[in-house]
Amino acid sequence: MSLEEKIKQALVSKFDFLAGRIVISRPRRIFIQVELERLNDVFDYAVKQLVFSHLCTITGLDEGLTFGVVYHIADKNGIVLNLRTAVPKINPVLRTITFYFPGAEIYERELMDLLGVKIDSLPPGLRYPLPDDWPQDEFPLRKGWKPKAENREQKTENREQKT
Amino acid sequence: MREQRKFKIPIGPQHPALKEPESFSVALKGEKILGVDIRLGYNHRGIEKACEERTYVQDVYLIERICGICSHTHSTCFVQAVEEIAQLAVPKRALYIRTLVGELERVHSHYLWLGVAGHEIGFDTLLMYTWRDREAIMDILALLTGNRVNYGINTIGGVRRDIDSAQTKEVLKAVEQLEERTHYYIEIATEDMAISKRLSGVGMLPQEDALRLGAVGPTARGSGVNRDVRRDDPYAAYEELSFDVITDTHCDVYGRTVVRLKELLESFKIIRQVLKNMPQGPIAVKAPRKIPAGEALSRYEAPRGEDVHYVKANGTDKPERVKVRAPTLANVRTVKQMLKDRFLADMPIVIAAIDPCFSCTDRMVEIKNVDSEKEKIISWPELRSLSIEWYKAQGVDFTKLNKKLGNV
Repeated sequence: MSLEEKIKQALVSKFDFLAGRIVISRPRRIFIQVELERLNDVFDYAVKQLVFSHLCTITGLDEGLTFGVVYHIADKNGIVLNLRTAVPKINPVLRTITFYFPGAEIYERELMDLLGVKIDSLPPGLRYPLPDDWPQDEFPLRKGWKPKAENREQKTENREQKT
Repeated sequence: MREQRKFKIPIGPQHPALKEPESFSVALKGEKILGVDIRLGYNHRGIEKACEERTYVQDVYLIERICGICSHTHSTCFVQAVEEIAQLAVPKRALYIRTLVGELERVHSHYLWLGVAGHEIGFDTLLMYTWRDREAIMDILALLTGNRVNYGINTIGGVRRDIDSAQTKEVLKAVEQLEERTHYYIEIATEDMAISKRLSGVGMLPQEDALRLGAVGPTARGSGVNRDVRRDDPYAAYEELSFDVITDTHCDVYGRTVVRLKELLESFKIIRQVLKNMPQGPIAVKAPRKIPAGEALSRYEAPRGEDVHYVKANGTDKPERVKVRAPTLANVRTVKQMLKDRFLADMPIVIAAIDPCFSCTDRMVEIKNVDSEKEKIISWPELRSLSIEWYKAQGVDFTKLNKKLGNV
């Protein structure tokens, strides 16, 4: 049995609700869909018991009514576990994973700035990557977000005045 | 005796050292660095969002422009993900050509780093030498791809240019010449007292911290972390090639230097194998304009470490989401650790030693004082000369070595 299959089996035997939700898309790539309520348990087990000790990154997606969040964690054999969950847009709150990976801070700040996902228990710090004077309610990676038309018009006007 | 005052020194963001905007605010007590806060973002150009509004083919060229040094890294990482979603069988010859350009890129990047590192410690002869030698690789890249940077070799489904026997000869000639030079630089780095005295014990990152903070590439390998995507998660032609993953247990700037230098030799080994074993056949398969719905995560060992791209397709000719995590973003957190309780004079080389690439990452480092009494503004050239003079006073001087090498 391949290592990927072994990991799949270990996960299903520990968490029976994961049956049918684990896809091995190709060698060394496993995708899992987890409910937000059970994310922390599965994440804890994957990191501590299955030794997925390296965080590649966190991806945030705008999926309409929810935000998709994918934690990409890798083990020493090159296998990447893509742990995917959905956070409701009405109250998008996730718990920080900086207890496991201190380096995750920057990825979590990116989720906050670009999508507007709130990260619970994240210690205070400087924002990333948007400038400090960026409006609090604008999240550029959301699907409906466009650069404000009036800003663009204003800039064109200024340019025209100069010339 | 009067108590030493605490200072806060902002450096940047308009920054002449690394030719990129970044801002450092250093909290000091005397000459000791108290703590570091990280502020990044000055170079965030919204490329991920822009990708969603362009077609896959346009995105290949846009993504190539994330970085001027590891452009091939990003374009390869991206096309790999798209090809996986579209289930394209990329011809082997194309994979070999990608590997060849990728290793040439690593050689030019490591040579560039060695020069910058030399400059930051006042060893400018090394900068002159390495950057002169690096031209050989730039010429080879231009010969193979038509461009010195942003090679434009990748396309979805393969590569855009084939390589002929005359070009192969030129590559082998350049590799031979550069290999000889690399041995010379290894000799200087390992045998000359001034270099080891200046770099040893500076920017310490113990192995457990490298692991905990998620360091990648030579920054991790210089702390004894045996991790390399080329071996652990092989892509392109790496599964069929034999090479060693170089690690070092010094855990300091010296260790990172040794790793990069020895990695150059491995790259030459890989380039020779690629040219020798390159299979015949087509160089690309036709890719559909619309990519079927799906998702893929692609990893690539860039010269600076693991590069990660995640692509989600929705069945149209434009991606739903493209996520890029460049290696510097994973490494920048380690700078905090490396600088804590160290001297201000170590700052230039410690930052340079992660081989930061901020346009890739912002895609900055701010060092802040807890209770500053006074603020002082210092420019990077001033900090660099302070660093060189400070070490001169401790007996680490490159003047003689510069003269000796310059007179050869």
